[in-house]
Amino acid sequence: MSTPLFEYLLRLGDDRLILGHRNAEWCGHGPILEEDIAVANIALDQTGEAQLLLNLAGQVEGQGRDADQLAYWRDETQFRNLQMLELPRGDFGFTMVRQFLFSAHAHFVLEHLAKCPHDDLAGIAAKALKENRYHLRHSSEWVVRLGDGTEESHRRIQAALEELWPWTVELFFEDAVDAALKAEGIAPNQADIKPKWEAMTAEVLTRATVEPPKGPMRMVGGRKGRHTEHLGHLLAEMQIVARSHPGASW
Amino acid sequence: MTPSTRQEGTQMATETKPAAPAEDPVKLAEFEARCDRGETIEPKDWMPEKYRRQLTRMMSQHAHSEVVGMLPEGNWITRAPNLRRKMCLIAKVQDEGGHGLYIYCGTETLGTDRTELIDQYLYGTAKYSSIFNYPTLTWADIGVIGWLVDGAAIVNQTMLAHASYGPYARAMIRICKEENFHKRQGYELCATLARGTPAQKAMVQDAVNRWWWPSLMMFGPHDTNSPHSADLLRWKVKQKSNDDLRQRFVNLTVPQAQAIGLTLPDPDLKLDETSGEWKFGEIDWSEFNAVIAGNGPMNRERIAARRKAHEDGAWVREAAAAYAAKHQPAAGQAA
Repeated sequence: MSTPLFEYLLRLGDDRLILGHRNAEWCGHGPILEEDIAVANIALDQTGEAQLLLNLAGQVEGQGRDADQLAYWRDETQFRNLQMLELPRGDFGFTMVRQFLFSAHAHFVLEHLAKCPHDDLAGIAAKALKENRYHLRHSSEWVVRLGDGTEESHRRIQAALEELWPWTVELFFEDAVDAALKAEGIAPNQADIKPKWEAMTAEVLTRATVEPPKGPMRMVGGRKGRHTEHLGHLLAEMQIVARSHPGASW
Repeated sequence: MTPSTRQEGTQMATETKPAAPAEDPVKLAEFEARCDRGETIEPKDWMPEKYRRQLTRMMSQHAHSEVVGMLPEGNWITRAPNLRRKMCLIAKVQDEGGHGLYIYCGTETLGTDRTELIDQYLYGTAKYSSIFNYPTLTWADIGVIGWLVDGAAIVNQTMLAHASYGPYARAMIRICKEENFHKRQGYELCATLARGTPAQKAMVQDAVNRWWWPSLMMFGPHDTNSPHSADLLRWKVKQKSNDDLRQRFVNLTVPQAQAIGLTLPDPDLKLDETSGEWKFGEIDWSEFNAVIAGNGPMNRERIAARRKAHEDGAWVREAAAAYAAKHQPAAGQAA
């Protein structure tokens, strides 16, 4: 029987697992060596956070599953990450815009969680908050630099924003899981975070001289296991070795 | 994975470059006396042009190798079988990038900038270590690369840590520390597979079979066939010959393989009781030469991947430069 806390930890953990996976794809293929290193660093932080969160999820669930079992042996519809994070990595501008939009939101979520009454979660959140400050600074600097760089880079950042922005509606998704955890003082209230996130993103996007699109937002679904078609391919790749050798240790 | 910088022997012989200018014999004698005394040569010290060129070639080749070396291992990041291994692998590949950056900076102290060095290997004749022209076919390759390829590189780099050129020697000391860690991690991965399921054990044995000979080739041609070695040895850039280092690597590695129950694919491998050394069979030099000539299994793919990254990233580099120019006019004027 899945508890709200288990579900909530999967959401936090899967976000970082999936985005970390996408970011790690840059390793060896970055636009400049310094960015191969920087993006790998972000991927490493995120994968580490995912491991802590999913291990905690496994403990909370109490059925003997650890982070590896949760990462490697669940199917697409059992994943709880935001759909925005499973989209292919795109160009470097797309990767940075996505990281920025996510990290800006994560900043406020983690700030709250770092002070929440669940000690284990608060500890993980405090560590992640520190790491996320770097992700936020790094990605926002690139968004500004590329948005306000050349004509081509401006066009690419604007295009990335147009593709990504409609997915940001999912950042603020709430359901009974959140309600239960808000009642315990664990989860933050997304309605409180939204204006702060809007202010932070508006400030950076203005400096980047780009504008979010005004059009309709995408449908939400990630938190309930409804994903884009990209996730299945990502998982097929991620899980292939582990699943080819059931019961093996690595 | 870290490269050997020692395969250049036959490659560079084919490059045509203007002859080095005649050196002032007094300065040259002083310089060689310094090398003999084991002194460290620093960037602002006088050095013969040929020493500068050889070092630029060796160091930049080493840096390119670090960067190209990110590709074969990076190939398995997205498929690592658990989160701990995934993080170790990301961190390792990231380290290779760091080594590349560090050695490029060291090379720049000799007077050629990174942009030019990168152009030389992406579009010119500069080389990188041929070991990276082999494919990584299974997860076990990740362990075997750490164990054998990094292991071979360490043998070479431990020597280079005493190289006469200060920036290179210092880079090697730092890099060797990380490489030792990578090697232990790789060996531990192999040991885990070797005591795992039959399929895992078969996987790691197969990887050893594929990587063993290319690892021995990392030490470069036989001493009798290594045209640059004499200068490099006289100037204390190298302190030991290719064959000496190769033998040292084999001596270290055979007992490691035995300890985890793996065999090495060489029927001639046997312990010489008098010298205590492991004698090994003859390397297939035709394969070595084919890979160096650009006809290894992955030469084209590696260069294509690096060119693609470089070219796809051009707009990012241009934008960063444009942004910096726009927002730091004061610094520009001051310069």
